[in-house]
Amino acid sequence: MQKTLTKKEYQKYVDEKSPNSKLLRNMIRAFIVGGLICIVGQFITNLLKMRGLGQDETAGITSLLMILFGALLTGLNVYDDIGRFAGAGSIVPITGFANSIVSPAMEFKSEGYIMGVGAKMFVIAGPVLVYGISTSVIAGIIHFMLI
Amino acid sequence: MANKKIGKQTVKLQNPPSVIATASIVGPKEGEGPLRLYFDEIIEDENFGEKSWEKAESKLMRETFSKVLKKANKTTDDLDYIVAGDLLNQCLAANFGLRESGVPFLGVYGACSTMAESMSIGSLLIDGEFAKNVVCLTSSHFCSAEKQFRFPLELGTQRPPTAQWTVTGSGGVVLSNEGSGPYITHITTGKIVDMGIKDVNNMGAAMAPAAMDTIVTHFKDTGFTPESYDLIVTGDLGAIGKEICDELIQEKGYNISNIYNDCGLMIFDRERQDAHAGGSGCGCSATVFAGFIYKKLMEGVLNNVLFVATGALLSTTSSQQGESIPSVAHAVSISNTLS
Repeated sequence: MQKTLTKKEYQKYVDEKSPNSKLLRNMIRAFIVGGLICIVGQFITNLLKMRGLGQDETAGITSLLMILFGALLTGLNVYDDIGRFAGAGSIVPITGFANSIVSPAMEFKSEGYIMGVGAKMFVIAGPVLVYGISTSVIAGIIHFMLI
Repeated sequence: MANKKIGKQTVKLQNPPSVIATASIVGPKEGEGPLRLYFDEIIEDENFGEKSWEKAESKLMRETFSKVLKKANKTTDDLDYIVAGDLLNQCLAANFGLRESGVPFLGVYGACSTMAESMSIGSLLIDGEFAKNVVCLTSSHFCSAEKQFRFPLELGTQRPPTAQWTVTGSGGVVLSNEGSGPYITHITTGKIVDMGIKDVNNMGAAMAPAAMDTIVTHFKDTGFTPESYDLIVTGDLGAIGKEICDELIQEKGYNISNIYNDCGLMIFDRERQDAHAGGSGCGCSATVFAGFIYKKLMEGVLNNVLFVATGALLSTTSSQQGESIPSVAHAVSISNTLS
């Protein structure tokens, strides 16, 4: 009979036993799908520019359209399938951000529009907003002081 | 007073109750799995005609309850207790699903070990002559469990290969002091074991030491050996947990490999059904027992089964606070014959 494993030894043993995610495969998929999403964005940008819109308007409208697509695909129960395949490839672009807001809104609709949709909508995107906005404020202050 | 307690954690029942009927209802994904022919009902849609997943899970439990009563040829008047639980906060599915039953109700929470826990309590009640007929019942639902423990369904995330898939389903049994088997002969109640695993996507590894502890203690307490059983089945350790459990038990000097299986591996075809490490949830062990194992016992294909449901006793709060995952496993020994 062997000695009982300590917690540390057990963790090491479990790590050896547990298969890792298929990193290379996941990276290739993320690259392809993430790239495709960016191509769609670039296509819209070029189209808008050809129509004579300026740089600022083009960037704004492109982002809005990409958010619309992300939200729409989430509502049609498609974006989670894309995400399962692509991983970071569909999480990182702005469509993924839309997905992270729309999916809890759908999930918690059963708890009503105030405590459900309203309160839970930012449960995943919330931290991104808090720290994203905080970081940009800090970056803004640094930028202001340097100039 | 008869001393029914043997060893450290085991009770040898003197009036072993019979499992006189079982019922199981599962979701669409489970209904495409290898055990599909053994379940009583496969629902077509995970909403089950309800407005929320919690309501759907409650309905699963309610329907399973009426199904199992019907199969046992009993009415609620014949019942002394219901022992039931599920995974949702405050045991929502059991409390709401059974609120119209009109039967004394004991709600239990043992995470995914709840089926064995409720069967243990039910057996003790009957053996102690506090009850004649007891229904033991659990459920889980993939969507309500994801909502409570993980992420919204429509969020586009990837799961690691160690993650498990919560079974949508409900299983129930009627235990009775009258009947001709299969009998519940021994109960080994597990203790909480925590080996420090923190990864909520690797619950099989967190629960394996608890399963090992209960199985080895069962052997020591009863004097049984792996040869005493045709099947030793853990609740929902999944592929990684099962392998670990098997090896840990071997290190303790018992070899169960030939007769060992795991409900989480039995219910899904992992490759075809994208279930990663396997199934989990209260409904996993409950439906596999009520559906598959019970029928094999009745056919005489299996005669002695050790049913060890395993539960990871974490909460979303504890994992956010960086706590490890305490686990428990309860064993119920079921036999076609009385020795």
